[in-house]
Amino acid sequence: MTRRLLLLVPLVLFAGLAVFLYRGLNHDPVGRESALIGREFPAFSLATVADPDVRHDASLLAGKVTLVNVWGAWCPTCREEMPQLMALAEQGVRLVGVDYKDTREAATEFLDTLGDPFAVNLFDPDGTLGFDLGVYGAPESFLVDRDGIIRYHHTGAIRPENVEQEILPRVQRWRDD
Amino acid sequence: MLLPFIPEVGHFALILALMMALIQAVVPLAGAATRRPLWMAYARPMALGQFAFLLVAFASLMASFLFDDFSVAYVANNANSQLPWYYKATAVWGSHEGSMLLWCLMLAGWGCAVAGLSRRLPAALMARVLGVMGLVGSGFLLFVLLTSNPFTRLLPNVPGEGADLNPLLQDVGLIIHPPMLYMGYVGFSVVFAFAIAALLEGRIDAAWTRWARPWTNVAWAFLTVGIALGSWWAYYELGWGGWWFWDPVENASLLPWLAGTALLHSLAVTEKRGSFKSWTVLLAIFTFSLSLLGTFLVRSGVLTSVHAFANDPTRGAFILILLGLTVGGALTLFALRAPRVSQAVTFGWLSRDALLLVNNILLVVMTVTVLLGTLYPLILDALGLGKVSVGPPYFNALFVPLTALLCLFMGLGPVARWKRMPARELWRRLAGAALGAVVLAALAPLVYHGRWNPGVSLGLLLALWLVLSLARDLFDKLRHARSPGAGLRRLAPAYWGMQLGHLGLAVTIVGVTVVSNYNVERNVRMAVGDRVQLAGYTFALRSLDKRRGPNFVADVATLDVSRDGERRFTLHPEKRLYLARRMPMTDVALRPGLLRDLYVAMGEDLGDGAWALRIQYKPFVRWLWLGAALMAAGGVLAVADRRYRRGRGAQRCNDEVVTS
Repeated sequence: MTRRLLLLVPLVLFAGLAVFLYRGLNHDPVGRESALIGREFPAFSLATVADPDVRHDASLLAGKVTLVNVWGAWCPTCREEMPQLMALAEQGVRLVGVDYKDTREAATEFLDTLGDPFAVNLFDPDGTLGFDLGVYGAPESFLVDRDGIIRYHHTGAIRPENVEQEILPRVQRWRDD
Repeated sequence: MLLPFIPEVGHFALILALMMALIQAVVPLAGAATRRPLWMAYARPMALGQFAFLLVAFASLMASFLFDDFSVAYVANNANSQLPWYYKATAVWGSHEGSMLLWCLMLAGWGCAVAGLSRRLPAALMARVLGVMGLVGSGFLLFVLLTSNPFTRLLPNVPGEGADLNPLLQDVGLIIHPPMLYMGYVGFSVVFAFAIAALLEGRIDAAWTRWARPWTNVAWAFLTVGIALGSWWAYYELGWGGWWFWDPVENASLLPWLAGTALLHSLAVTEKRGSFKSWTVLLAIFTFSLSLLGTFLVRSGVLTSVHAFANDPTRGAFILILLGLTVGGALTLFALRAPRVSQAVTFGWLSRDALLLVNNILLVVMTVTVLLGTLYPLILDALGLGKVSVGPPYFNALFVPLTALLCLFMGLGPVARWKRMPARELWRRLAGAALGAVVLAALAPLVYHGRWNPGVSLGLLLALWLVLSLARDLFDKLRHARSPGAGLRRLAPAYWGMQLGHLGLAVTIVGVTVVSNYNVERNVRMAVGDRVQLAGYTFALRSLDKRRGPNFVADVATLDVSRDGERRFTLHPEKRLYLARRMPMTDVALRPGLLRDLYVAMGEDLGDGAWALRIQYKPFVRWLWLGAALMAAGGVLAVADRRYRRGRGAQRCNDEVVTS
């Protein structure tokens, strides 16, 4: 009898897996919580899009509340998001871009046509920083406070309503803090 | 005349193929259950017919591509009138719909091969095997027709020009990589069908394994080649010089390969010793299930960048249902019927049986490791525990030690005897190999690079241990023969297949070890006249030019490479802009060699006549793929073994008796 039950184990395991696959099929990628919230921004050392000889590390984020935006010229959603990022930059939010799995050429053309809201644009062609951030794809945004701690994570495009309702209040809150 | 209707011809052929697949599924299985020879006899003609009509459908789609029929949505999205004809032909499998059609064509092709080559199979077994393959085929043909029809027309507003094939796919590696990979994936459906047939019949004997083994070997060899081609393609096409990224799509192909490797070995035990029967059946089910899971993961978009590309939930749901029915059905059948096929055989804790059991356990653990790493983000997410991604550090941390353990036992396995092997004799035969491997592995980094490196030594230790124990085994086999020549002749192709396959893994391990540790890479800014030194080579940028290709424009750099002051050769890396999609692509300049590759990729224009260049020195990188080629060759060579053909010879004798 126990042997019989043992033979059912693969079926049960598969049924469990199928449930997860089903959930995965229906999951909503927007608004997922990052495991990194409350943690320090991961260490990195990356060149900028503008100049391969200029490198930055995590100290770039110290001292000022910053919105780190992971984007790529290959990503159509990032295109939609640019006007909102421009608006945020106009409101005085400091933006740092992470150009994710992209080429400098495409990125430069992208910024030339759509505008460049970023104070600094880090160049991450292999997706190493994106990986450390647990990024699934682009765009994703991380709000980092003055001490370099990740405070908020936004998945997918920042829509016009998100600017007023979510991003700006949080920037203000961590500035005051 | 017929030209405007080609897509409809293809569409109808596809529908007819589905009908035939349904008949192939239902009638022979019912016939086998009720012992009606006439019903069972439907299996083979239907398998042939299904394949023939799928061939028509496939040819129609290819014709639509070649004639630039942009009224077909799939053609309009994946081709362009400027595309060279050979890429038009291969664009057929450049995207989802066409690759699923190719998948179905290959499944039918394997079915057809079984029908044609295993003529001597007992009628009931043949009916069941082809019936199960027909079931799987019906599912996938339904999937193609209902959710991914490649023949959908864009009427009445026919686009004047197509969107072009993704430039990443305009490459010879991508012409052959997917077909090889699919041949592997789909090929495992044969052994899956054999396993289900065995469960239905409630019987597994030596004859069953002799029929199932060659199919498994061939499918495994295709998958090996497919994975290696994918890695090779990523190496030179993506412009980073990486050859394995542990990305979900790659893992999806590695999973069935690992399970398939376990299956090959388990089948060997089942054939030789009659043991591990239910385990073999389970592995056959697992291997094909993982092939299907790979298809699901890649096609549903569950794991890829979810918000960058629109994924189609209907397709994902459909494949999940297919997966559930196939795998769930197979495992239910297994739970119900496995006790019938199992048989207890005893063996000592030190014997080839036991060592192969360890091999199987390790391979299954590796499969589970990769599976968990791939699905972990999905599982955590479903449990509401946050979102993470899992990457190379996790896989390397677990995969490397598991491979090391596997290699340790791989060295022992071929030397050990079935049933029982005294430890002392094993030690006596392998002490020399072990000692030689340790000494050579410790010294090699010193000689090659001038400094000791524990990582390199470990990798080489494993490879040398494999090679030396294989050599020792060969030596022992020949020593007992009258003459070395006579001994060589007596060794069966299956033995050489094993030797070659294991040697291939050793070669791959050497490649992985050396290139991971001694790779040199520099990102530099270069203008015309600049020189850069790397690993003893001097790269001088001679000129920067522009060039026009059929469907792209390119910046071309010309670099003179010299060594010891002597000019050796020139390299021409390109940065292309594909016009239809406005997509920039890196065309890498490679100087391949058995011991090292030189790799130059153009980055971006930095202005003032300077470009960013990525120059790499990649020692032994070719060994990665050379090893895979040896493994695949080993798998195929083993099929040439006489015992898999003996059956057919006997059949011929019987025929003669009947006719005379």
